[in-house]
Amino acid sequence: MSTSTKSNYDRSAAALRMRRISKSFGPVQALSDVSFTVQAGTVHALVGENGAGKSTLVKILAGVYKPDSGSIEIAGSVHTFDNPNQALAAGVSMIYQDLDLAEHLTAAENVFLGNELPGKLPFTVDYKAMVQKTAELAESFNFKIAPTAVVAELATGDCQVVEIVKALARKASIIVMDEPTSSLSESEVDRLFEVVRNLRRKGIAVVYISHRLEEIVDLADDVTVLRDGRVVHCESVTKLDIPHIVRYMVGRELTEFFPSRSVKLGNVRVRVDNMSSANRISNISFEIRAGEIVGVAGLVGAGRTEVARAIFGIDKKTSGAILLDNQELSIDSPSDAISCGIALLTEDRKRTGLCLGLPCAWNVTLPSLEMLGMKRVINPARENKIADALARRLSIKWQGPQAPGDSLSGGNQQKLLVARWLLAEAKFMIFDEPTRGIDVGAKKEVYLLLNNLAGQGKAILFISSELPELFGITDRILVMRRGRLVANLKTTETTQEEVMHLAAVEQNR
Amino acid sequence: MNKFLRQMLPFGSLVLIICVLSALRPDSFLTIDNFLNVFRRSSMYGIIAIGMTSVIISAGIDLSVGSMMALCGMLGAAVMVGVGGADPHGMSLIAGTVAGVIAGTGCGFLNGLLITKLRLQPFIVTLGTMSFFRGIALVMKDGQPINVPSYKYLSEGALLHIPVSIIIFAVIIIAAGFILKYTRLGRYTYAIGSNREAAFHAGVNVDRNLVCIYTFTGFLVGIAAMIATSRTISAQPTAGLGAELDIIAAVVIGGASLAGGQGTVTGTIIGTFLISFLRNGCTLLGISTNAQLIVIGMIIVLAVAVDQLARAKTRTS
Ligand SMILES: Nc1ncnc2c1ncn2[C@@H]1O[C@H](COP(=O)(O)OP(=O)(O)OP(=O)(O)O)[C@@H](O)[C@H]1O
Ligand SMILES: [Mg+2]
Repeated sequence: MSTSTKSNYDRSAAALRMRRISKSFGPVQALSDVSFTVQAGTVHALVGENGAGKSTLVKILAGVYKPDSGSIEIAGSVHTFDNPNQALAAGVSMIYQDLDLAEHLTAAENVFLGNELPGKLPFTVDYKAMVQKTAELAESFNFKIAPTAVVAELATGDCQVVEIVKALARKASIIVMDEPTSSLSESEVDRLFEVVRNLRRKGIAVVYISHRLEEIVDLADDVTVLRDGRVVHCESVTKLDIPHIVRYMVGRELTEFFPSRSVKLGNVRVRVDNMSSANRISNISFEIRAGEIVGVAGLVGAGRTEVARAIFGIDKKTSGAILLDNQELSIDSPSDAISCGIALLTEDRKRTGLCLGLPCAWNVTLPSLEMLGMKRVINPARENKIADALARRLSIKWQGPQAPGDSLSGGNQQKLLVARWLLAEAKFMIFDEPTRGIDVGAKKEVYLLLNNLAGQGKAILFISSELPELFGITDRILVMRRGRLVANLKTTETTQEEVMHLAAVEQNR
Repeated sequence: MNKFLRQMLPFGSLVLIICVLSALRPDSFLTIDNFLNVFRRSSMYGIIAIGMTSVIISAGIDLSVGSMMALCGMLGAAVMVGVGGADPHGMSLIAGTVAGVIAGTGCGFLNGLLITKLRLQPFIVTLGTMSFFRGIALVMKDGQPINVPSYKYLSEGALLHIPVSIIIFAVIIIAAGFILKYTRLGRYTYAIGSNREAAFHAGVNVDRNLVCIYTFTGFLVGIAAMIATSRTISAQPTAGLGAELDIIAAVVIGGASLAGGQGTVTGTIIGTFLISFLRNGCTLLGISTNAQLIVIGMIIVLAVAVDQLARAKTRTS
């Protein structure tokens, strides 16, 4: 990439200086002595393994947590934040991964939520002015959004833009994004990058957290690497490449990212025959052999998740059959599917994955209690032991099996879900974006795990938006477009370009 | 540590109330009779509060328990009188007791069915059945109570000098505590309350479990209703009027969250005793039942506010 796309803003002014920040949660030292400086008009990436302390650092900046020690300096003056509102007032806006917009309001109403422009009469708001202001603001940053659109009807990418405009309406000088791209489609990612570059051009300081290191090399000016709550490196991105960053993150060289696939394929294990559902998909047919990993590619909205939902009994099937080991299954609910030997790791860990308020061990064993011989009476000691063993195997960072799910970092929560379905011992496992939000080291572990599961003769369906991992780990790739299966390709006989073309081609016709 | 303190808070308040009352009214408060009285009242409401705990853990609510209690008592007493005449004895009392408990179970089952099959909010459904059950109880004998003069065993009977109602309460505490902690039904109750969608995706049969929870609560209301009937040796169609307030308050004071996923039987017991002692104390201090409502209302808000505050502290510190 050329350096001309990078910042050319005056780098002498520090928009943000966090000095010697420390923070502990009970016995866990999440941050120790972290200093972090961001210049105005730059994008500063924050990277590190799961649980390194990235989210904690930015939550301190946003006034969600109070640091145990250290200071925050914004544009030269020192602040202490007791709550997020004070941080907002000081010009810090945070774009959370799961956006917190009011779904039933329009974009403009959201932009001015809690900050409404007063109308002529008392207790009224000037909706017209808000729409106009929103349009102007979006215009001045070259964003395209419709101010009168209801948020519930917008795509995730558009919602993020609304959040950003909301931040701008509050005169934010520092915008923090915690894993903003993990639920975006490829084209939405491109657009978000344009938006971020525009922010930078206008002199806003952007703090950007992501596990996708290609994005960081592409977008950021500087990068700070955290490991175990400490800063291990801070440098301009131009002087670094991905292997270097990874080495700083994990403290060692990471070789051979994808395991070699040498599994002998067995008989056909899973056959899906002409399956349609009330939710978008129609006439889906494919087979998976024992030991085979089959990938599913497609744009966001192509119906990949819906295939998984139909198989798992969440969406009603309108036609078609599912056969496991040549036996036709009748599945009307997830509990049917699980007792037939099917597992589904869902893509949205907050909504359909974890019970965040409950202990980690409970989350892990939830679908497997019966299988573990705890159909009548639960044995907590044994349950904890099982969960503990899995945590060690997946190197989950937690304060023990009874710690509540929401005390874990995002990536470790994802690993908890992987642990759950690993325990369930299914014959047919569906993974919907299993590597979302987990760090490079953990990703490698997950790939290895998938490979081992296949080696045990399981049939695996692997849904992913990241083509490199699909190509790295699968034997075959199914391509979906608009709810239909448009191609069924051997991974070794196709290319990323071909898959991308097949997934998108219809729009050009 | 902080979490421990938070859990001890209701218990501490309970001890405090007992100490204050002992100091203020040593003669009337610190007597065996008074304590037995408080325990009897606690066991009646506590039994229902235990059912309510499971409902609230599942992120639901049951507003109909007070009315259901009246209906169960009326139905039970009607069976007694129907079988055994104006002053029923022996088998007819047993038949009526069983009928009352079955009636409660049925009412709870109805709540559960309406909530799951019609996909309605528990609040709305039980608001409806609250009125519905009360209506039937009142219509049955045109608003008149049914007298069962010899139905004394559940209130006055004792085993090894311990009142029967307290023994029943103890058995239910142990059983419910076990169910919530050590069975799948209990585990699924927490999961549904914490994140219903996630529980469903993990293979929990959400509807079936919810029906179980509401039916279980109805069953417990049936038992409590028969104890109440025995206490007054008559079934009152106005029994349990406003009881849902005390019961929900006890559960919430005991640390359960109306948002679901949180709550314990132990907490609820402490909450129940807290409210019983509070009511008892008010009576001894000469505060009228009407004025007691004011005190109870303030205590509920205070307890929940303190709990929220403590919770926010644990999160940020
Ligand atoms: N509310 C909390 N209570 C207890 N521990 C917490 C809490 N929040 C975070 N932690 C712990 O602090 C450490 C840092 O967590 P943090 O969320 O900052 O990690 P992260 O770098 O954002 O990781 P990820 O890439 O997985 O999102 C972790 O060990 C985590 O378990
Ligand atoms: Mg994080």
